[in-house]
Amino acid sequence: MSPGHKRQARLVVALGAAVTLAGALIYTSFSAASPALSPSQLLRQARPGQQYQLTGTVVPHSVTRTGEVLRFAIADRAGGGGGGGGGGAVSVTYSGIVPDPFREGREVIVTVQKQGSAFVGERNSLITKCPSKYTVARPSAAPKY
Amino acid sequence: MAALGRTCLLLALAVCVYGIGASLYGARTGMAQWSDSGRRAVYALAVVLTVAFGVLEGAFLGNRFAFNTVFDTSSATTPLFYRAAAVWSSQEGSLLLWAWLLSLWSSLVLFLTRGRMREVAAYATAILLGFGGFFVSLMIFYANPFQTTSPAPAEGMGLDPLLRFPTMMIHPPMLYSGYTLCTIPLAFGMGALLARRLDAEWIRATRRFALAAWLFLGVGIVLGARWSYSELGWGGYWGWDAVENASLMPWLTATAFLHSLMIQEKRGMLKVWNTSLVLATGTLAIMGTFLVRSGVLSSIHAFGGATLGVPFVVLIAVLIAGSIYLVVSRREMLRSENRIDSLLSRESMFLLNNLVLVGLCFVIFWGTYFPLISEAFTGHEASVGAPWFDRYTVPLALVLVLLSGIGPAIAWRRATAANAVRNFTFPVAAALATLVVLLGAGVERKALAIAMFCCAAFAIASVAQELWRGTRARGSIAREAPPLALVALIRRNRRRYGGYVVHVGMAALFIGVAASSSFQHQSELNLSPGHSTRVGAYRVAYVRPTATVTPAYDSAHTGATLTLGAVLRVSRGGRYVATLRPSEGFYDSGEPSQGSVGHLIGGQPVSHVSIDGGLTRDVWSAIAPDISTPHLQHVIEVGNRTIPFVRPDEGMIAVAVMAREYMRNPPPAQFHFEVSPLVMWIWIGGAIVFGGGLIALWPAPATVRRRARALARARTAHGLARA
Repeated sequence: MSPGHKRQARLVVALGAAVTLAGALIYTSFSAASPALSPSQLLRQARPGQQYQLTGTVVPHSVTRTGEVLRFAIADRAGGGGGGGGGGAVSVTYSGIVPDPFREGREVIVTVQKQGSAFVGERNSLITKCPSKYTVARPSAAPKY
Repeated sequence: MAALGRTCLLLALAVCVYGIGASLYGARTGMAQWSDSGRRAVYALAVVLTVAFGVLEGAFLGNRFAFNTVFDTSSATTPLFYRAAAVWSSQEGSLLLWAWLLSLWSSLVLFLTRGRMREVAAYATAILLGFGGFFVSLMIFYANPFQTTSPAPAEGMGLDPLLRFPTMMIHPPMLYSGYTLCTIPLAFGMGALLARRLDAEWIRATRRFALAAWLFLGVGIVLGARWSYSELGWGGYWGWDAVENASLMPWLTATAFLHSLMIQEKRGMLKVWNTSLVLATGTLAIMGTFLVRSGVLSSIHAFGGATLGVPFVVLIAVLIAGSIYLVVSRREMLRSENRIDSLLSRESMFLLNNLVLVGLCFVIFWGTYFPLISEAFTGHEASVGAPWFDRYTVPLALVLVLLSGIGPAIAWRRATAANAVRNFTFPVAAALATLVVLLGAGVERKALAIAMFCCAAFAIASVAQELWRGTRARGSIAREAPPLALVALIRRNRRRYGGYVVHVGMAALFIGVAASSSFQHQSELNLSPGHSTRVGAYRVAYVRPTATVTPAYDSAHTGATLTLGAVLRVSRGGRYVATLRPSEGFYDSGEPSQGSVGHLIGGQPVSHVSIDGGLTRDVWSAIAPDISTPHLQHVIEVGNRTIPFVRPDEGMIAVAVMAREYMRNPPPAQFHFEVSPLVMWIWIGGAIVFGGGLIALWPAPATVRRRARALARARTAHGLARA
């Protein structure tokens, strides 16, 4: 085999490996991903056993804690973010780490599973909107542009 | 003053437009006075933006709440230190910081390269001013930091208490310096392609800036991790959050570039690859800013409005299209001068390291933008979690650490068997010894963590061997004592040995990451004072509650009105380990609907984490005190009814009553408790990396520089002779 052919063969092997790996990566990302749903979407289409990323705001006065277990309700974001629109709040039972910014009225994301008719949050999966991200929309602030 | 600020922005835009025109005209016609004028426009931009930034900083320090950004993110009760840092906590302020840092770094690079590479520098000037003009326009048309309200409100909303953490002062400027510095190699790379001057000159001129970009970005990332660990109350330092990922991606490609660059300098190879990496790094830095600023990944990080999305998408599309066009159209000029001789050589190890780094970057890119990708393909927004990232990044990180040990020890061009035996006996022995010791000591059999420890031992041993050999050789030639010889060795070749120090730091950092993520104990505890419970081998006792009132006595100096906490005593097998004092700060929300007392503590509560740090393990705890008990709520209700809203001083008395009540009848509190081994090594490793980076960045002594320049000239002459 001439050096040129050898190089070409090497290139083909390397590219083939890269494509295979990228393919595996892409394939697993689709199978491992959990759909991000708003509460109203979740209520419509949740199936038991499947994991969902539930995104919405914590309903005021819905948070109660008994021992380790936190119960709260999540409603659609105001302004219909997530494409759901319409009412409907989901009650979630959750245990594990509660991030500091977790509050009533805040946007949160939690991985949930339908068990029976209830939704159970995966342990330590509660995420609040990253607080360093500067602009919290303040209702009192005047529109700026 | 706001008018001055607004004028500065308009002036800055005018300067950018003029400068772009002047430098492009200068580059096209070769008239030096025009490109010089373009360069001076960058200096002028730096001056104008410095004034603008000064105006904004002054407004924050002087509590001018007429400024909307000051009103939104600061208040008179925010401590001075955090008022100064609040400038970049708003969208508007951080855009100004970006533009300002860009103008400063651009001025520096153009000043240092004045009189050289005229044509390349002229194009680079135009591109840098293009970025400057873009950010200045964003401020003028979308998010003006000098927007005011009249009449001025008496008090602001206050800085988000979560951001009241010391590294807040330095983390954003570091990160933004990193981002802006990433655009400098991009500008010069594009300039070189446009001017068709593709020798190594532009790379040499901007190498130091690429290194600085890498260093600042890295420090910014580590500081962000540190903030997350000691402020956010969840006990982790990395969560594969989109914003974290955004800063990691350009860092990875910059790391790749800093390595492959050496091959181009030494062997004249990989020009297409290097150029592409430089362009990718700059584009990823802009995309990182975009991700933070635009709210495009809205399901997870809806940061305010999505108004900045469209301009950024346009800019990024232009950058990507321009990069691809330039590289493809100049591909003939980017031919390699040499070929890789053997797969077992330093060149091919560097290439492999590059592939791993770019692979890592691709994994992170895919995962980060997956919600968008999934929506585009399936119509449903979906996201991947930390386990998905871990599945790919952990093996790649292992390979990377292993390569960081092979690279320094393997020969250039072609490694022989004798060379391999000579260079790898000791590192392999160190790795095997680590394996035996770990298994012998009965460490839990977690394969990936143990593999990481062995790889790290291999990498550290390999660098130690290099340093030892260099020191010994130098000691015997120059007859110097070993410590002196070591210093002299590093001084003579800062770049190389600085790089080796960085390898050691990264190995230490990965040891910390592997240990703390694999062998961590964490637990949620619900404890009453006087009670204790077991967590793994530890016993945690809630000794007594603590409470302090008024900002003046807030131990963390963050301006909390009420701080409730606990004293925890941690022991192990009956032996005292540590006393922890976690607390939670309650802040003034300024929200009238919460009542005259309620608003004083109605803001977002923030954990003040208590850590007992050590070289072998950190004991970490956060508390969530319960203030919903009837007697505490009763104090608030009575206060709200009897105290007028305009008397916060009387309201504070009610808060003091609450604190006393809490101390008298402390309810059970919720604790998050963790024991994480070797976390400290993440920060130590980060510091070592920083030190190594500084060594590599420090200007070489004049003699060495002269020698390097002579060598470069010889190479050019050689190239000309061949051509």
